[in-house]
Amino acid sequence: MNRIPNHPILEDEKPEKEVQIFVDNKPIIALEGEMIAAALIANGIFINRYTTHKHKPRGIYCAIGRCTDCIMTVDGVPNVRTCVTKVREGMKIITQQGTGVWSEEVQND
Amino acid sequence: MIEIELAIVGAGPAGLSAAIEARRAGVDVLLIDENARPGGQLFKQIHKFFGSRAHKAGIRGMNIGTELLQESEKFGIKTWLNGEVCGIEDGHNLWVVRNREKSEIVRAKKIILATGATENAVTFPGWDLPGVMGAGAAQTMINVNRVLPGKKVIMLGSGNVGVIVAYQLLQAGAEVVAVLEAAPRLGGYGVHTAKVCRAGVPFYVSHTIKRAFGTDHVEAVEIVKLDSSFKQIPGTEHVIEVDTICLATGLTPLTELAWLAGCKFNFVPALGGHLPIHDDKMHSTQNDIFIAGDISGIEEASTAMEEGRLAGINVATELGYITKEEADARSQEIWDNLNTLRSGYFGQKRRDAKDSMLQNGKEVIKWNIH
Ligand SMILES: Cc1cc2nc3c(=O)[nH]c(=O)nc-3n(C[C@H](O)[C@H](O)[C@H](O)COP(=O)(O)OP(=O)(O)OC[C@H]3O[C@@H](n4cnc5c(N)ncnc54)[C@H](O)[C@@H]3O)c2cc1C
Ligand code: FES
Repeated sequence: MNRIPNHPILEDEKPEKEVQIFVDNKPIIALEGEMIAAALIANGIFINRYTTHKHKPRGIYCAIGRCTDCIMTVDGVPNVRTCVTKVREGMKIITQQGTGVWSEEVQND
Repeated sequence: MIEIELAIVGAGPAGLSAAIEARRAGVDVLLIDENARPGGQLFKQIHKFFGSRAHKAGIRGMNIGTELLQESEKFGIKTWLNGEVCGIEDGHNLWVVRNREKSEIVRAKKIILATGATENAVTFPGWDLPGVMGAGAAQTMINVNRVLPGKKVIMLGSGNVGVIVAYQLLQAGAEVVAVLEAAPRLGGYGVHTAKVCRAGVPFYVSHTIKRAFGTDHVEAVEIVKLDSSFKQIPGTEHVIEVDTICLATGLTPLTELAWLAGCKFNFVPALGGHLPIHDDKMHSTQNDIFIAGDISGIEEASTAMEEGRLAGINVATELGYITKEEADARSQEIWDNLNTLRSGYFGQKRRDAKDSMLQNGKEVIKWNIH
């Protein structure tokens, strides 16, 4: 676990409700209200996507929604910036390949 | 379409301060930020601030953020969170995408752009590996999201952000193996630098990163010494085991909206690059568009707040809520604060760059508007 529950300056983290999310179909535990990218790091996942041409791995780079290095496919929607998107119970997150694909359900929505 | 007297883009220290001053004077304000929480970069700044004797010195950034939010609540400032401003038209119409699902047009008599900045990258083989990130990204992860993005970190850049984040990484429980600085001397405030030094972190001046090693993630970094013209000296390479490389190599103002609005720009490297030309009222070259904070030159949160207040007061004056005399008196006070903040070894450079920008603004803006 890479969480920082206690800190010399910041208050101890309040116990947040846990939610279950799925990364590439595997369940992991996240904290309610946290950003997807943070939940992934807390669970030791550092690769968010692979690039289109060279298939190279990418992880977070700016963490404030500017660079799009952290984009993943979330609930069928590709290119979601995971550093500025909160987790939700039952969320399905896919490590994105290239520009990703829209799920059919979302497309027909 | 929504009509408003003043729309402010960005709820960081600059935007919040502008909103508070304008609202206090009676202006109908709408504050828009793309994030779920206001405060911009303030809540990740858990260090104590410097400042003019009287002004917020010694208070931690995050607590200043809390104060600003309380004040903005007290004044009942209308705030749209999760609102991305994606365009600006006719100098008055903002295109806002709300909650990533709905477009809305805000027609404002006056606009203040307080969009902040983004971190610079430097490239070297392996810089795109997971584990290479902005120092501010690491800061966001540890102080806001409360997760450690790495355990063994090297910091490139010894400016304020570099040393502040290095220290905050230590506080969060990471090991910082070194701070590198390409220049022959260190770049951050002495207090912040000394804290990192005291913690036993080695500083390497005239050094940079040659490459990062790793397949799925950073595993090691090769550093190299630089000569006086910043060229790598062969044979001085040195490999260090790390899992994270933080880049603290400066910030660039987020100026897209100002470009779209047709503001004129100057290139001022000492303040981060292309900046909208502005005068001492934070007025841009566009009639009803003001700027404040990092967008008008990279500095720090304390200067961003003062600039925000200036913009807020001057908008209120143009809208007829404050007399010119009152505005002048209050602006003078703020300028005294700004000049104190922009003094000393590190501040003077910014002061000089700002002064020439303001001089330029005075000439160009008179030409344009009056
Ligand atoms: C990641 C990061 C870490 C930093 N850490 C430090 C530090 O530790 N010490 C230090 O002295 N300085 C630091 N800085 C410098 C910092 O920019 C200033 O201290 C200060 O926060 C600038 O205030 P601001 O109000 O101009 O911008 P910000 O605080 O960046 O606020 C701007 C706000 O506008 C929002 N925004 C931008 N564009 C749009 C749009 N189109 N639509 C809607 N909203 C938008 C942004 O999301 C943000 O919330 C950091 C900068 C960054 C980027
Ligand atoms: S890490 Fe840059 S957008 Fe998420």
